[in-house]
Amino acid sequence: MSPDTTTDRAVDPAQYLIRGVSPLGGEATDLLVRGGVIAASGPDAASGAAADAVTIEADGLVALPGMVDLHTHLREPGREDAETVETGSRAAALGGFTAIHAMANSSPVADTAGVVEQVYRLGLASGWVEVRPVGAVTVGLAGERLAELGAMAESRASVRVFSDDGICVHDPVLMRRALEYVKAFDGVIAQHAQEPRLTEGAQMNEGEVSAVLGLTGWPAVAEESIIARDVLLAQHVGSRLHVCHVSTAGSVEIIRWAKARGIDVTAEVTPHHLLLTDELVRSYDPVYKVNPPLRTSDDVHALRAALADGTIDVVGTDHAPHPSEHKECEWAQAAMGMTGLETALSVVQHTMVETGLLDWAGFARVTSVTPARIGRLDHQGRPLAVGEPANLILVDPAARWTVDPTTMATKGRNSPFRGLELPGRVRATFFEGHPTVLDGHLSTPRRGQVPATAVDGEDAAWNI
Amino acid sequence: MTVPASESGIHKRVVLAEADIDRALTRIAHEILEANKGPRDLVLLGIPRRGFPLAQRLAQKIAAVDPSVDPDLITGQLDVTMYRDDLRRHPTRSPLATQLPPSGIDDKVVVLVDDVLYSGRTIRAGLDALADLGRPRAVRLAVLVDRGHRELPIRADHVGKNLPTSSLERVRVHLAEIDLIGGSAVDEVVIEDRT
Amino acid sequence: MKHLLSTQDLSARNALRLLDTAEEMAAVGEREIKKLPALRGRTVVNLFFEDSTRTRISFEAAAKRLSADVINFAAKGSSVSKGESLKDTAQTLEAMSADAVVIRHPASGAPARLAASGWIDAAVVNAGDGTHEHPTQALLDAFTLRRHWARIAGNPSAGTTLVGMKVLIVGDVLHSRVARSNVWLLTTLGAEVLLAGPPTLLPVGVGSWPCTVFYNLDDALAQRPDAVMMLRLQAERMNAAFFPSTREYSRRWGFDDGRLALLDTMGLDDTVIMHPGPMNRGLEISSAAADSPRSTVLAQVRNGVSVRMAALYLLLSGDPQDDDDHSDDRPHQDDPFATTPEGRTP
Repeated sequence: MSPDTTTDRAVDPAQYLIRGVSPLGGEATDLLVRGGVIAASGPDAASGAAADAVTIEADGLVALPGMVDLHTHLREPGREDAETVETGSRAAALGGFTAIHAMANSSPVADTAGVVEQVYRLGLASGWVEVRPVGAVTVGLAGERLAELGAMAESRASVRVFSDDGICVHDPVLMRRALEYVKAFDGVIAQHAQEPRLTEGAQMNEGEVSAVLGLTGWPAVAEESIIARDVLLAQHVGSRLHVCHVSTAGSVEIIRWAKARGIDVTAEVTPHHLLLTDELVRSYDPVYKVNPPLRTSDDVHALRAALADGTIDVVGTDHAPHPSEHKECEWAQAAMGMTGLETALSVVQHTMVETGLLDWAGFARVTSVTPARIGRLDHQGRPLAVGEPANLILVDPAARWTVDPTTMATKGRNSPFRGLELPGRVRATFFEGHPTVLDGHLSTPRRGQVPATAVDGEDAAWNI
Repeated sequence: MTVPASESGIHKRVVLAEADIDRALTRIAHEILEANKGPRDLVLLGIPRRGFPLAQRLAQKIAAVDPSVDPDLITGQLDVTMYRDDLRRHPTRSPLATQLPPSGIDDKVVVLVDDVLYSGRTIRAGLDALADLGRPRAVRLAVLVDRGHRELPIRADHVGKNLPTSSLERVRVHLAEIDLIGGSAVDEVVIEDRT
Repeated sequence: MKHLLSTQDLSARNALRLLDTAEEMAAVGEREIKKLPALRGRTVVNLFFEDSTRTRISFEAAAKRLSADVINFAAKGSSVSKGESLKDTAQTLEAMSADAVVIRHPASGAPARLAASGWIDAAVVNAGDGTHEHPTQALLDAFTLRRHWARIAGNPSAGTTLVGMKVLIVGDVLHSRVARSNVWLLTTLGAEVLLAGPPTLLPVGVGSWPCTVFYNLDDALAQRPDAVMMLRLQAERMNAAFFPSTREYSRRWGFDDGRLALLDTMGLDDTVIMHPGPMNRGLEISSAAADSPRSTVLAQVRNGVSVRMAALYLLLSGDPQDDDDHSDDRPHQDDPFATTPEGRTP
């Protein structure tokens, strides 16, 4: 059961009249946000607005459902020097997100009800976006025993997405059991597809560039072989499977085949895999080190086509902030990962919308509607219609900006888009009817009430 | 004679023509023989690039006076690049070959030959380079042009022509062995005025 | 040139300049006084994160012959092994006013990282990085090959290229920085490069290299190479399933007595045998081959000092403001953002 956060929290008492906005890039209209929902649209919006309603002039802006990220590393608990729930969710709000899924590879690992509730509670306390913890599939991400998936599902955090992300659940029996087990509470296993033996010491995509650079290769087959196995397992046990950060053209082919056979698989691509290639590694700058690695131009184009035709369902950022010392070093010693929350919208606009591969409705589908459905978030990714929860963003698609990681809200400075000029800026983010971002700047968090039960749960969590 | 140099706006005038150069070298060859009281122990080391062909020409003129001299056996090239004190002030210079005559330079009378004597720093570098190669009995200096503006206590023993110049001017020596101007090999000394 | 990081980005012009300068440096090595004042007062740091006495001594001799001060920084046993980062080490050297840092590092790309990071101002010389490149080794190999090639033709070495020469590189190309640097440099200088080795030890992606690849050494020798360069087989590869046994490796890809005799039978009188050292005698090369008149192993060591003198001289002399006087002929690298969609880039 998904928590109904709109009843957990005080409702923003203000009214917001958004004038002249284009929902999904369509005909301009007015929207009235009141009481956490879209209260009126069209001529009714202005006439229904109170005299003291805050008016937002939105000529030329596009209204979109708030983006939902299935794949965020918030680092808390354990690596608060890299990111915290607070800083990560600020970055998310600025990037146009109203919900993010916090990956389980924290320290301690989010493999118990206690840890996922802690993260969930930190998210509520921050109030910038909805923070949904992802539960670990195996205890300590060790790939040996199933974590207490049911307890996490039934906790206040109502975990629906389970993943050992960062590490592949490579034991086929364990993967099969996990896929089967989460059916009991409509969960999904989000697999980090990486055959471990084929990627021992792997540093970058295996191909022409790795041959020249003398860096150990991460072959495409290590991803594709796991995806092939997992879709067959999902078919066999009738479960749903989500594939994290698909990075190769071959993976796209396998997923397309699986979908054609009716297998319940969804797939995700990161913004960086939609734009960047392994040619960048020639600089040996670890800001381009990520897992799975940047691939070739052919892969990039296959991923874009797959996202356009629905073979790949969603964009997930795989936002992975690292302290600077983990990137200011030799390539081989550097940490893998890139920040992504504050650039995702622009990169997807650049690679998918401005190329004509997706319209804004398609953009909403892959960044909001479908990820919300996969994560079973009932009140996210909803239509921009009267009566729907006001999780929405206002985007200026004509804006151009140059990425400067030092000015970002995330603690991570490891943006591979540094110095790149990108289109599209988030002007406002409404989270449950409250503007967390206005005029492109952080406004105030959505002050909610942390439920007493969650506070009680804190001690319980740490006594486990 | 002033010739406006095409598009560059640089004025150049020829101060020594082919015949002048030849005459100057003939005179220097005689002076060298006279100062040394004959060709005994003489070694002529040209400083690249234009000092080397000048040394070869001088050796030939000496051989013309004294047929017992084999010009190839008394001529060599002394590269001073690695001994310069201004390596950091110019684009990287590639070193050139140093080639000594088979007799070596120990106990010889070495005549350093260069085209233009200016600050004296090249000759200073040449003296250091020589010291690493052996111990000549004496070192003399022959130059085609002395343009003044010395920065070190160095003077030439044999000078083809003294040319008072401004430091804004540039003295260029063109030798047929090295320089092609307009497709033909020429011998000339010109002053370029960059004001 | 500001740094010497790889031979892949070395233009033919700069490569020839290095080799020609090395010829002059070699002449100095034959003099009684083997010293030049060119780098007097300059500081060269040998920063070795990997043991390599041979390479370090060669660089040390080169720097000293140019009158530079040499500081040897063996990172093993120093604070580096206690976790000091490359960045902190670099900044320490910067504080010591190093003019050049000669770096040997087990991580591919560490010298490039050092050069591009802004942590240090010094010229960076790659003395071998991981399985990436070893440019001065390739330069000394090219220098050795060029002298041989010029001698056969009766020409002076200086100014000569390797056009028309056929060089066969044999062995573990996958893990060899020597092989990579040689492939780029020798082809830049005009040589034709052949590779031979077990398919497991040739990198995925080798098909895009400017080389012909052979899985069978005898097929490669049938191409009548002018030089055969045997690569060292690292001990750690021997038990990692790259090939069934060292005996089988030696039989199929070792330069043994039979193959040495084959060169004579084929009439390849001028074909030389090279090895970057240290050799595994009896494994990738037989003792008879290593010690034969065809072997250039000792000449390679000798030429190493001349080539490294040339590199240090060309990097450290010259006006530092006069950035890269030959940057115009650098090979153009693909714009990594060129994969951006239609409309952004052609």
